[in-house]
Amino acid sequence: MIYRFTCIVCPLGCSIEVEVDDGEVKEVRGCTCPRGKEWAVQEVTNPKRVVISVVRVDGGALPTVSVKTAEPIPKEKIPELMSYLAKIKLKAPIKIGEVVAEWKGIKIVATRGA
Amino acid sequence: MFPRIPMLNYDVVVIGGGPAGMAAAIRAKELGLKVLLLDENDYLGGILPQCIHPGFGLHYFREELTGPEFASRLAKRLVELGVQYKTASRVLEITNYSDLEKVVIFTSPSGAYQAWTKAIIYTAGARERHAFEIGIIGDRVSGIYTAGEAQTLMDIYGILPGKDVVIVGSGDVGLIMARRFALEGAKVKAVIELMPYPGGLARNVMILRDFNIPLYLSHKVVEVRGKGRVERVKVMKVDENLREIPGSEFWIDADTLVVSAGLVPSVKKLKRIGVEIDPSTGGPVVNDRLETNVPGIFVAGNSLLINDLVDYVAEQGELAAEGAREFIENGGIESRKWVKVEKGENVRLLAPHYLSGDKDVYLYLRVAKPMENAELRIPEVGKEIKLPVVKPAEMLRLSLKAEEIKKAGETLTVEVVKV
Repeated sequence: MIYRFTCIVCPLGCSIEVEVDDGEVKEVRGCTCPRGKEWAVQEVTNPKRVVISVVRVDGGALPTVSVKTAEPIPKEKIPELMSYLAKIKLKAPIKIGEVVAEWKGIKIVATRGA
Repeated sequence: MFPRIPMLNYDVVVIGGGPAGMAAAIRAKELGLKVLLLDENDYLGGILPQCIHPGFGLHYFREELTGPEFASRLAKRLVELGVQYKTASRVLEITNYSDLEKVVIFTSPSGAYQAWTKAIIYTAGARERHAFEIGIIGDRVSGIYTAGEAQTLMDIYGILPGKDVVIVGSGDVGLIMARRFALEGAKVKAVIELMPYPGGLARNVMILRDFNIPLYLSHKVVEVRGKGRVERVKVMKVDENLREIPGSEFWIDADTLVVSAGLVPSVKKLKRIGVEIDPSTGGPVVNDRLETNVPGIFVAGNSLLINDLVDYVAEQGELAAEGAREFIENGGIESRKWVKVEKGENVRLLAPHYLSGDKDVYLYLRVAKPMENAELRIPEVGKEIKLPVVKPAEMLRLSLKAEEIKKAGETLTVEVVKV
């Protein structure tokens, strides 16, 4: 199986191919730096993303605060986290940078105050 | 004839409280000027508070922030310095009486005012192109939004605008909104891109793969149909000259159409006082102080030219403030023989347009078409910079030293050519 990516590590945007056999990375082609190679392997073996969304808040100037996960989480966990975020409701005041919730050990941080 | 409304006095009035305006007001205050910052929204930050994704601030703050975090840093500094600002304040009119006498008439929750000022820094941002401007015809239905409108609804007010979404335009904003819709459980049926290549940064194009969103390159939405609400949109393929190919049409069922078709600098109020506009940037023609042809009127951010990075927007705000200080102290920016910057091969737009040669500058420019193994050249001063990849979607920022500019004669031509 060959996975193809446009690298996002830097603006160069190398076209990278990762050859995977039996769940094992055999070869990485097309990247011009070790950071790109590392990123491509991670994308194939365990892709992670920082998740950003908004959460409802009562009593603030705006009805939501924006949040992010304090660290990247595995891609396949994103839908589960999103349905958790959809259910919670916070109360103002909320300070920017405040940890407003925790989900399976992942801190949810406010990126906007309320 | 002049309205009898309370009179205020300032050195500088900054119009627009987004990143350019906040950075300009902060710098102006640091330089000892008496400054007033006006914004028509209820909150400062411009579009940043709704840009909740990361990717901001890598140059300006040397760390990666979300939009609201970037805005909050500037707002904090603004408040610490005691910069005077008014939100929910709408500028009705700008009048230029003389070089050091300008009047900004605005309304605010506490009434209307006339602010007399020596200089104006105009940082009112840009507006989004709408469906009508890109030739989409059809029924007058609800469910058609610009990307920014959809973003405001979702990320400020927590309202999902629709469930089956077609997005026009694969620029960064379109792709980022595709992700927001998909994350919130809406079905993004397609992203439709007129050009044969995606418009956004690679990291944003990856969103399509993450959420299995089909991207139609060389396609356009031509028609919207529905009763009361969007029900379906008609898509056509285009040829290499961007002409619709007859017989290529197909329909996509959708309740929402999101238009992400680019931004246009908001310069109406400037045009009215005689500010000259560059048709290629859509913003004013400026010198290296970011001063327009009307003395003492400075411009920065997306009103100057459409930027990709907020970092450069804030940088322009600071530069305009420094220009305003020089203008006020010397009773004007000294006239001189300006070096005119010309667009050469594969340069679609650039600013600033005139350079003094007495200071280092950044030139902001965009190429007309993508190119690999390119070289940016300024033949008049012998400057050559290798660029592995250039794309219209990614603005180039070129640093030029005063000594280099001095080597040029009357003009300096920037070109991006294949090596």
